[in-house]
Amino acid sequence: MKKLRASYIGMGFVYLILITAAVISLIPLYWVFTTSIQQPEEVQIMPPRFIPSVISRYLPLQLTGERESAKVLVDGALESYRLLFRSTRIARWFTNSLIISLSATAGILLFDSMAAFSFAKKRFPGRDILFWIMVGTMTIPGQVLLVPLFIVVRELGVVNTPWAILLPQLSMVFGVFLLRQFMMTVPNELIEAARIDGAGEFGIYWRVMLPLSKPGLATLGILTFTSSWNSFLWPLIAVQKSEWFTLPVGLKTLQDQNLVNYGLLMSGAAVAAVPMIIIFLSFQKYFVKGLTLGGVKG
Amino acid sequence: MLFKRIWKARSGYLFILPKYVFFTMFVLIPIVWSIFVSFQEYRVFGTEWVGLRNFQDVLYDDLFWTAVGNTLRYAVVVMPSSVLIALTLASLINPLKRGAQTFFRASFYLPTVASSVVIAMVWRWIFQTRFGLANYFLSLFGVDSVNWLHSSAWALKSVIIMAVLTPPGMGIILYLAAMASIPESLYEAATIDGANRFMQWWKITLPLLKPTTLYLMIVSTIGSFQVFDQVMLMTQGGPGYATTTIVHRIYNVAFRDFQFGYAGAMSMFLFVAIITLAIIQSKVLSSDVEYKG
Repeated sequence: MKKLRASYIGMGFVYLILITAAVISLIPLYWVFTTSIQQPEEVQIMPPRFIPSVISRYLPLQLTGERESAKVLVDGALESYRLLFRSTRIARWFTNSLIISLSATAGILLFDSMAAFSFAKKRFPGRDILFWIMVGTMTIPGQVLLVPLFIVVRELGVVNTPWAILLPQLSMVFGVFLLRQFMMTVPNELIEAARIDGAGEFGIYWRVMLPLSKPGLATLGILTFTSSWNSFLWPLIAVQKSEWFTLPVGLKTLQDQNLVNYGLLMSGAAVAAVPMIIIFLSFQKYFVKGLTLGGVKG
Repeated sequence: MLFKRIWKARSGYLFILPKYVFFTMFVLIPIVWSIFVSFQEYRVFGTEWVGLRNFQDVLYDDLFWTAVGNTLRYAVVVMPSSVLIALTLASLINPLKRGAQTFFRASFYLPTVASSVVIAMVWRWIFQTRFGLANYFLSLFGVDSVNWLHSSAWALKSVIIMAVLTPPGMGIILYLAAMASIPESLYEAATIDGANRFMQWWKITLPLLKPTTLYLMIVSTIGSFQVFDQVMLMTQGGPGYATTTIVHRIYNVAFRDFQFGYAGAMSMFLFVAIITLAIIQSKVLSSDVEYKG
């Protein structure tokens, strides 16, 4: 009996710590969305309003029949977003980010799976050396190579175009490593059987290896999309024209120009964060898988 | 003979070709070039070989050492705290039921998913002097407002506070995965031997998590040495140079002053520092006595 009570107290304590930590963890994101839908005049007030008035007062106003005031409230709540879409190129930046991230994902999935297939299942002179050269460079942090990378991209003549952002992303090695581990588990008998059935090398890759590595491809696809969507430093360097900004770079210039309009800034931040939050909540298990496969094993 | 073998295996090369083209262009060439760049001075009209002068200049550059100091101060706090927080939270989550596990894991990973730019922007707002949440929170305890981002005393501390309060999502997930793979029988045996929960954690869980701990320490050291986004968005390295970090310095020297050679030399220092630290960490940690289960 005594022991039981002690364990309840212990459990309560554990939950208290975890919930406090979860609140600290989520407050910044909550504050992004809250600030973005506050009335312009309630953004900068002391004490801060934790529940924006459009949420706390809309229903009471509706119920008491003050439809007009309720409408004004909604109008005020959308003010930051209206300003964002009218006075900045956020829609354009969003499209840029979307196209670049989707292209990076498609390219990575195609090229990495091809290379992984070859490294996992084919024999050719120099295979292991070529593979270890790739994996060896994974230890070099990307930030160290900014200057020479910029020189290469400039020599290619693509600075200030979306190619400058996209192409270097296709050189990421992580996916080859991840998919190779997946494909090594595919039994060689399956490949032999397909070969006897008359499948060519590409047919084996396309009809046997790809379908069997779907979980790996899904994991890699989601990780690539998010990291491409969120990347900041390289796009900041690669592109100076606002028509080719990605969202993170666009947000930075937005902040440089509107240092104190926090409603506007937070609505921009919300636009960048929402797709990532949706993707994470829908595909949580792939994030977990990707991290654990990419990390150490044993 | 070799040619024949290569020709016979040509499809193997063809499959890796597209990836290797990108890899060569944007990884291998930059690696080789990074060595050349740091021995050169870039001018509008052609480049000039300057030998070791860039490296020499870096050593006598006060701003570089300021940046190193700031980066070290950041890393010394953020690296251990992120590993410790990840270990603590994962240990608390691990015994919970599935649903609760998923919920907390998601709550702690969500800020990692939202881009660092978004997180830094909202923290700049939270640290705002007059209307920010941070000072409001302090005022609840009767503490005076702090001038977070605009005073050299607090700016770097603010960036560090933000980093510590943003949960180490990756670390938590990796620890949870590692804990799930520890066989239940070890704990059962320990229970029979009369070990309580804490002893089990101390004697079984912790030692078996060592590879994960080592990995996280290295990754998080590398990460804190490369801190840039937060600084760029919250303080732009200021006030003065109070929050400038190594990568922020490299960025400014290379892409605002266009001194590529000089920035390249700084990058080399950063690279050597990171690799050295990673090697020291893995040597020190793996030389411990291995736990035999």
